Amino acid sequence: MERYYQPEIECAPVEQIKALQDERLIKQVRHVWDNVPYYRKKMEEKGVTPEDILGTKDLHKLPFLTKDDLRMAYPYGLMGKPQKECVRIQSTSGTTGKRVVAFYTQHDIDLWEDCCARAIMAAGGTDEDVCQVSYGYGLFTGGPGLNGGSHKVGCLTVPTSSGNTERQIMFIQDLKSTILCCTPSYAAYLGETMKEMGLTPDQIPLKAGIFGAEAWSEEMRRDIQNTLGIKAYDIYGLTELSGPGVSFECSEQSGMHINEDHFIAEIIDPNTGEVLPEGAKGELVFTALTKEAFPLLRYRTRDICVLSRKKCSCGRTFIKMAKPMGRSDDMLIIRGVNVFPSQIEAVLVGAGYPANYQIIIDRVRNTDTFDVQVEMTPEMFTDNMGEIKTVRLHWKRACGPCWGSPPKSCWLPPRRSPAAKVRLSA
Amino acid sequence: MTLNQISVFVENQPGKLQQLTDVLAKNNINMRALSLAEASEFGIARIIADSPQAASDLLTKEGFIHTVTKVLGVIIPDTPGGLNQVLHILSENNINVEYMYAFLSQKDTARACMIFHVQDTDAAVNVLAANRIACLSPEAPAL
Repeated sequence: MERYYQPEIECAPVEQIKALQDERLIKQVRHVWDNVPYYRKKMEEKGVTPEDILGTKDLHKLPFLTKDDLRMAYPYGLMGKPQKECVRIQSTSGTTGKRVVAFYTQHDIDLWEDCCARAIMAAGGTDEDVCQVSYGYGLFTGGPGLNGGSHKVGCLTVPTSSGNTERQIMFIQDLKSTILCCTPSYAAYLGETMKEMGLTPDQIPLKAGIFGAEAWSEEMRRDIQNTLGIKAYDIYGLTELSGPGVSFECSEQSGMHINEDHFIAEIIDPNTGEVLPEGAKGELVFTALTKEAFPLLRYRTRDICVLSRKKCSCGRTFIKMAKPMGRSDDMLIIRGVNVFPSQIEAVLVGAGYPANYQIIIDRVRNTDTFDVQVEMTPEMFTDNMGEIKTVRLHWKRACGPCWGSPPKSCWLPPRRSPAAKVRLSA
Repeated sequence: MTLNQISVFVENQPGKLQQLTDVLAKNNINMRALSLAEASEFGIARIIADSPQAASDLLTKEGFIHTVTKVLGVIIPDTPGGLNQVLHILSENNINVEYMYAFLSQKDTARACMIFHVQDTDAAVNVLAANRIACLSPEAPAL
């Protein structure tokens, strides 16, 4: 039986959703124009005023926002409400050393948690469930978002956060957790570990998983479903737009329904910026209709994607997006953390290292491995082992603010390094 | 009297040290002593060669990251207590030894040589000279 958190809107006729989007867009553009000078200036430069936006049909007239805008407006430049009305930030890595910081009013958090609650119920969750949230809590949106959604559904929420696999498994077994929320790679790792412990799927109480924040294949879905004995659902989101729950999978497990009462999705040609028709492959662009504190209009996600309004067997009428098929920039997602090569270079140069490096990314037993090998230079090298280790420690510390956990950095001798070939400019 | 030791950056991977010795062998550079210090992902090969300048030039040409470090080649009697006597002198003069390694000569079985890297090389040279402890010279870095 399909379950909905807010069926009146999730299953509303498309015309009703579109009318709501028109109404909310007009209001949101006015809000941004009045409260976000950074975007108002962009609109003025394009010769657009709120009067020009009479509904979603005029959306294409508005200027885009990119991660570069976020960097330039950092930290408070895109805040849409006075600071005293904002209650929270969440943060993700930026394209350089600076991070992206997004703001929330209590109302924003409330709507974000609604979106996550829809995802949990679409995965079959009810107030009878024990929902273990093994996404990181803190600046990362995964933990706080699903935690709030789980509360709204009324699940018994187990906020384990990420890591400490033994404790995760202990709680799954002892508390009889039925829903698991984490990155797909961590779910796969948990599954492998439980298998090694001799647990068969019927001995694992989990029945569903909500896995997002990184790319995963259908093959990986099958593996996770088989080892854990669950149904695995995808969830999508960006810190810039709230976090997980911008879109989510239903029982059909074929694409993610976008919460269209809160977000308008467009597909554009990443080179020309031209809006493409439904079904075309291009860059996904989102307009946040209800966000107060961080109201981004036409935000370019850089995710390459396809939209489809084909009727879904679950009964929801929200448009569906396919799993992102790639990026229109060089962003890498490593264990759920966004990493830009340009950011690695900025950190290196900022910390006084040569910008010759090699990024080695692999997937070992469904878990991403991330290594940044830095070229050893005659200037850095000394006969003193302690000093070299100190230099390495500094590099690891410099990485910390950007990615949380540092890469397993090591040194490359210059001659055998293809550094010049992987060198990227910011 | 100090010696010029060549310290070479070596990746901690199979064959990497051999690449270094290969270059030295092909260019007829003889190693009098060698010590390998290792961290998890790299090592430092410390070499006493009979011509440090030629060795250094060669390694630069071949693209090996290296540095030249002043060390002491202390000659000690190859008998029990030989090293202890030298360390006693250094200790009494508050000279800290950072690392050391030994090499022996087949021709001269009565004496051995200890390579010392100390915190204050000049002080160590003076202390050893004052106690009439012989050291190898750059001109003859061998027993």
